[in-house]
Amino acid sequence: MTSLTILLVLVLLLVVFGLLFRLQILTAIFSGSYVRQIGTSNRVNAVLMLVFMVVGGAAFFWSFAENFGKMNPPIASIHGHAMEKMFWTTMTVIGVAFVLTQVLLFTYSYKYQHKDGRRAYFFSHNNKIEVIWTIIPAIVMASLIFAGWKAWTRITGPAPKDAVVLEVMGKQFNWLVRYPGRDMKLGVVNYRLIDASNEFGFDLSDKAAMDDFVAPEVHVPKGHPVLIKIRSRDVLHAVYMPHFRVQMYAVPGMPTRFWFTPTATTDEMRAKLGNPKFDYELACNQICGKGHFAMKLKIVVDEPDDYVAWFAAQPPVSKNADLMASFKQMSQQTGLGKGGSQGAKEAAIEEAGETPAPLSAQASM
Amino acid sequence: MATNLPVSAQSQGGVGTAPVPHTEHDDHLHDHEHHDQHWLWKYVFSQDHKMIARQFLITGIFWAVIGGVLSSLFRLQLGWPEATLDWLQPILGKWIEGGKLNPEFYLALVTMHGTIMVFFVLTAGLSGTFSNFLIPLQVGARDMASGFMNMLSYWFFFLSSVVMFSSLFLETGPAAAGWTIYPPLSALPQAISGSGTGMTMWLVSMVFFIVSQLLGGVNYVTTIINMRTRGMSMSKLPLTIWAFFLTAILGILSFPVLFSAALLLVFDRSFGTSFFLSDIYIAGQALHNQGGSPVLFQHLFWFLGHPEVYIVIMPAMGMVSEILATNSRKPIFGYRAMIGSLIGISLLSFVVWAHHMFVTGMNPFLGSVFMFLTLIIAVPSGVKVFNWLATLWRGNIRFTAAMLFSVGFVSLFISGGLTGIILGNATLDIQMHNTYFVVAHFHLVMGSSAFFGLFAGVYHWFPKMFGRMMDEKLGYIHFWLTFIGVYLVFMPMHYVGIAGFPRRYYSWTGFDAFSQFADLNKFISLAAILAFFAQFVFIFNFFYSIFRGRRATENPWNSTTLEWTTPIEPGHGNWPGEIPAVYRWPYDYSKPGAEADFIPQNVPYSQTPSSNLPYERELAE
Ligand code: HEM
Ligand SMILES: [Cu+2]
Ligand SMILES: [Cu+2]
Repeated sequence: MTSLTILLVLVLLLVVFGLLFRLQILTAIFSGSYVRQIGTSNRVNAVLMLVFMVVGGAAFFWSFAENFGKMNPPIASIHGHAMEKMFWTTMTVIGVAFVLTQVLLFTYSYKYQHKDGRRAYFFSHNNKIEVIWTIIPAIVMASLIFAGWKAWTRITGPAPKDAVVLEVMGKQFNWLVRYPGRDMKLGVVNYRLIDASNEFGFDLSDKAAMDDFVAPEVHVPKGHPVLIKIRSRDVLHAVYMPHFRVQMYAVPGMPTRFWFTPTATTDEMRAKLGNPKFDYELACNQICGKGHFAMKLKIVVDEPDDYVAWFAAQPPVSKNADLMASFKQMSQQTGLGKGGSQGAKEAAIEEAGETPAPLSAQASM
Repeated sequence: MATNLPVSAQSQGGVGTAPVPHTEHDDHLHDHEHHDQHWLWKYVFSQDHKMIARQFLITGIFWAVIGGVLSSLFRLQLGWPEATLDWLQPILGKWIEGGKLNPEFYLALVTMHGTIMVFFVLTAGLSGTFSNFLIPLQVGARDMASGFMNMLSYWFFFLSSVVMFSSLFLETGPAAAGWTIYPPLSALPQAISGSGTGMTMWLVSMVFFIVSQLLGGVNYVTTIINMRTRGMSMSKLPLTIWAFFLTAILGILSFPVLFSAALLLVFDRSFGTSFFLSDIYIAGQALHNQGGSPVLFQHLFWFLGHPEVYIVIMPAMGMVSEILATNSRKPIFGYRAMIGSLIGISLLSFVVWAHHMFVTGMNPFLGSVFMFLTLIIAVPSGVKVFNWLATLWRGNIRFTAAMLFSVGFVSLFISGGLTGIILGNATLDIQMHNTYFVVAHFHLVMGSSAFFGLFAGVYHWFPKMFGRMMDEKLGYIHFWLTFIGVYLVFMPMHYVGIAGFPRRYYSWTGFDAFSQFADLNKFISLAAILAFFAQFVFIFNFFYSIFRGRRATENPWNSTTLEWTTPIEPGHGNWPGEIPAVYRWPYDYSKPGAEADFIPQNVPYSQTPSSNLPYERELAE
């Protein structure tokens, strides 16, 4: 009933509007203003251009300043700080270009509005000017490219040999985490061995897999390089950790990676922000289905000592009876996972990675 | 020859024109040529490029409304996540569960919104309309090279539209894997219900669409190369035609690659191949597929996808150049530089596609190469902006509705293009990829500015399309509401994006880092929905003016190009008599020494001795 009334009111409004419109046209025709093509409205539009620039520009700068704090979530990685600087430098450069061109656009629109009796200036080209405004942007671009390229090669280059290694695996709709265990070697996994109790698909005929452990959240030590190996077992996902300026897709069939060095522990960050509930978060940033928006994983940055203690306290998968039973059954069913580390390797995907971090990484902390 | 002197727009007191007697054309002159034509051949299966253009335009408007409704729906969800949407139940049925939008349907909405806007509105609706309408009229041809193929082009688009539209009503919902349809999500119905029949229909529809694009494109290129009138050399073409020409070439070279990607995806979906699938365990089952690469699909998709964004924007650039020059009463500044930058953009647009893939696991070395090439493309884009500004400088500007939208286009293109410089930097893209910063970037530079180009074109060429004028006042209202609206929507989106808010999120409240923008999101949603409703001013004006608008004159904007030498409502064949020959470039506005402030392209130099430049004097002999 209410919707019917609303509909009726809308229709009536439309009719009234239509009638008024018709009336306006008819009076305009009678008063003769209809034929004058360039009249008051030209001036009004020109003035509005100027008003738009001033009011719009002011509103933009005000709202930008107002939201600036929120726009800058805390950063907690070494390359993140460098990127932050590059971001705001580039923003300044494009900000200058933005203000310059928009101001010219709107003031020209206002200043060169039609005036009776004036003629436009016949000015068809000027090659010198074209060269200037080709070269200057080219130079600016070149310097931006150079800075970006240097940082990019550093960030995407090989991780330091002593990096802490862990693996994150995306699935609909949560993240799985595993660590290499005492041997510092991630064991082989095979997607055909996956089932409810063996979510990673550990191939336990590989000795290196026996002491791996899974964890409900990510722990990493502060001030130490961390190499995250990334997989997916169903569709695309993306590991996105805005506080660390880390992002990399999780691709089924093609392991990827990203390394970074955290610079502040969770506790330090809580103290700094005055927010005792603060946590670093990992979000999925590639559309993956219904639960995409809720694929969250908690990241804890520990002091190195706390990290070592936490690491030592985790039970290896070989202690997990369900998992062991599941593996036995699956390997019988599929005929996989019987060849020890060699056979398992053949059955599994090629690891796109350097050798796992040596033990010394652990010992040195 | 129809006219050989500037025709004054006497009925409305055109500016700076000497009142030369109007060569009146009998309104019915062209009618008797084909009055025996059945309406079915005249309005439906027409081979006349002007009718086909109108068909593209009206279909495009239909799709724009659908696309706008979809976006209003998901903006409701984002702006008021806690609100109950029971009142939408009568329309959306089972997609409203317990007063909430179904999250899978949310993704379907986003996907269909993107697909519709990019392909059906801004490719078919924009380029389809104006390439069809203007190419024969502006190069001086009686029709397209092949009217029949041109008709097929529309009807394949129509078929494609029907398939895509029906998919909206499927039980399992339309495609929902994003407009970029990355597999495996788009390949596996187990992963999301939209990847069942919905995705099949998406792919079928897109194949028809590609056929339509190719039929159209081949026609445009052929017509421009072969059917120019006497004297119309490539260096006398209006910039619109240059833009349509290069756009068509981009389409011909890149759409087949999308076709191949779609075909391989069909194979993976239906015939058990593994082009894009590998090592997948889903819904309790390990799939047999091995060795495929999802990243391969992305390469194929973006090889089309990036040129596609220029396919969308270049026709708008061409029309805006034309409208800015006409209404500033000045030559376009740097005609050759404008052509050069269009060519530069076209070439470069083929070698930057992987900037969409910096963090997909692609080799980082490739990332460096594509960063280099991507940032170079900003240079020709900048040149275009500077030339537009120089065109306004010391002009005598007439703010028609078309002119307002053209100025708006330049403003939006600047605002959106500049953030491309951030995104094109691989290092910065690590943080910005797939956030609302990207959404803001492309909605300004592509979404909004291409829409502005479309509106500018409609307001400007409406008199030639329908023989009547659109209402200017409503045009002003439409412009200001829309211009303010899009800035209110997309500027704040940058803030949300800089903070790292991911796109395609049904809700952000689960994350501490992203939950602080509730108010801003409400604001954006409100602005978006209002801006959408403002479009009804245009729609009213458009349809009202088709039937009741003021009668147009032959050349209402005092323009120089050939389409304005045709009768008010050109019949099939465009010119009742001989096709006019062309003697000069299309931008002789306010030439010193000339009587009127414009000299049409078909006026020979021998008739304008007072305004000829030194080198033109020789040509006059
Ligand atoms: C100055 C020139 C430009 C540069 C350097 C540039 C750069 C980029 C980059 C690097 C991305 C990928 C961002 C990401 O996904 O992380 C992007 C996205 C996009 N750009 Fe641009 N761009 C420019 C101009 C344009 C123009 C003129 C258009 C369209 C007319 C456009 C349309 C798009 C679209 C549609 C996307 C998003 C596609 C998607 O992921 O859904 N860009 N741009
Ligand atoms: Cu996801
Ligand atoms: Cu691109």
